[in-house]
Amino acid sequence: MFIEPFTNNEFLRLSLVAGILVAITCAIAGAFVVLRGLAFIGDALAHGVLPGIATAMLLGISGVIGAAVGSLVMMAGVSVVSRRFRLSGDTAIGLLFVGMLALGVMITSRSSTFVGDLSRILFGELLGVNSGDLVLQSLALVIVAIVAFIARRPFLLLCVDEGLANTSGFSSRLFHNLMLTIVAITVIASFQTVGTLLVLGMLIAPAATGALFARRISTVMLIASLVGSISTYFGLLISYHFDLAAGASIVLTTVLIFAMAATYTEIRNMITDNNHEEHEHPHTHAGSHVR
Amino acid sequence: MIDAAGFTIKAEQLAVGYTKFPIVSKISLDMKPGELLVLIGTNGSGKSTILKTLAGLLKPVDGNLEILGAAPGSLPKRVAYLPQHPVSTHTLPLRVRDVIAMGRFAHLGLFKRPSSRDNQIVDNSMHLTGIESQANEPIRDLSGGQQQRTHLAQVLTRQAEVLLLDEPTAGLDINGRKLVADLIASERARGVTVVMATHELHDAESANTVMLLAQRVVSIGRPEVALRDEFLRECFGFTQPH
Repeated sequence: MFIEPFTNNEFLRLSLVAGILVAITCAIAGAFVVLRGLAFIGDALAHGVLPGIATAMLLGISGVIGAAVGSLVMMAGVSVVSRRFRLSGDTAIGLLFVGMLALGVMITSRSSTFVGDLSRILFGELLGVNSGDLVLQSLALVIVAIVAFIARRPFLLLCVDEGLANTSGFSSRLFHNLMLTIVAITVIASFQTVGTLLVLGMLIAPAATGALFARRISTVMLIASLVGSISTYFGLLISYHFDLAAGASIVLTTVLIFAMAATYTEIRNMITDNNHEEHEHPHTHAGSHVR
Repeated sequence: MIDAAGFTIKAEQLAVGYTKFPIVSKISLDMKPGELLVLIGTNGSGKSTILKTLAGLLKPVDGNLEILGAAPGSLPKRVAYLPQHPVSTHTLPLRVRDVIAMGRFAHLGLFKRPSSRDNQIVDNSMHLTGIESQANEPIRDLSGGQQQRTHLAQVLTRQAEVLLLDEPTAGLDINGRKLVADLIASERARGVTVVMATHELHDAESANTVMLLAQRVVSIGRPEVALRDEFLRECFGFTQPH
């Protein structure tokens, strides 16, 4: 029940490997998304690639190239709108986000297989991955890991205090853009497996679970990788046994793990707080005996 | 590296602000190693804007400014800046020691590994600010005063030649305020130039220069000159009790 589906089906083994590669890549990029508060721009990047992929599909070229162009347009657009028009980052991201999403749906609607194409872009085709997808995902993981390692100090400073990054000799603008680039690479490489809609779940839920327990970014990444990989395994099993969508099953599992972890930490904190109060006010109980 | 005349900070007709419209203008300054400049004024008077400009976070609106003979912000290893910190609510419960160690990043850059000397500097800064017993605690669990001590320790780990401190005594109790005064005195004794923004008039007692601000330079000079009653009345609307 837990092992046989993977030993008996090659496509499921490939899906598991692809899912774990996505989980680890998303864990690295997602740690920065969660700790620097980039969830909204991550969401916008995930949807901003839609018109690029749709155009690429219509032209018959690789969706990855389309996704890369879409994310570049999205990042440049957010930068220009927020600087030139003195709008807050959120407003600029929101404007570009809905604009790109609408454009993507419009372009996809020109396709004769509109619903199928849109569904494939939004939710991915984890059960249909091939060895070429695995190579691309592995390459993305290596690039994201190397950049995150080299830029670990400025990235940490950006998560804590942007001014401190600048006064420490690291350009906050340069490293912020580099951080967005690794989020974009993650989205571009992962859309074929989990889709543009669900990749955000893989970016946020495992890293948010890690942030509940970790005191260092590297530990957040480690926990997020484990949560993402375990979710991939159980999500695929659920998908196989109950004939449910694979990508959605995986992402829902990550969110459920986060919910369980958050409940556990809440209960633990309540118990700790009660114990502190007992230690700080011991006379409340002892006093009654003395009297 | 200080300029030929031995100045660590040199400003000529400097104007500072967030846009092309200055908040404070016509600032002229010459500071030497070991000197203390205290900026005093009401909220919004321009104290933090001057410090941010000295730190290189804001471009001067007009005039000339050199820190250690170079453009502001170009010598991160030799200039340390303590901003006004809100109480930490970071998502990540960073340990106090890790926050303090970030002060060495300017020296380590992207690739250098922290040496035993770097670790020693971090330990010494924690000792000097009296925060060593909280070294492994998450900074967000500490009181405002303890968080301020942590940020002070972070600034000290830079081992800078110019310290820019924005209200370093904010949130500190009497012991904490004395600690800051002692730290500034010892840093000056080793030749460090200190610029400090404060609301406390008594912080200016040991300063070489005091600048009284009210969106303009009301007075500048030695404390007994810059803090004369007529200047204080002009700046705050009251004078010091004698």
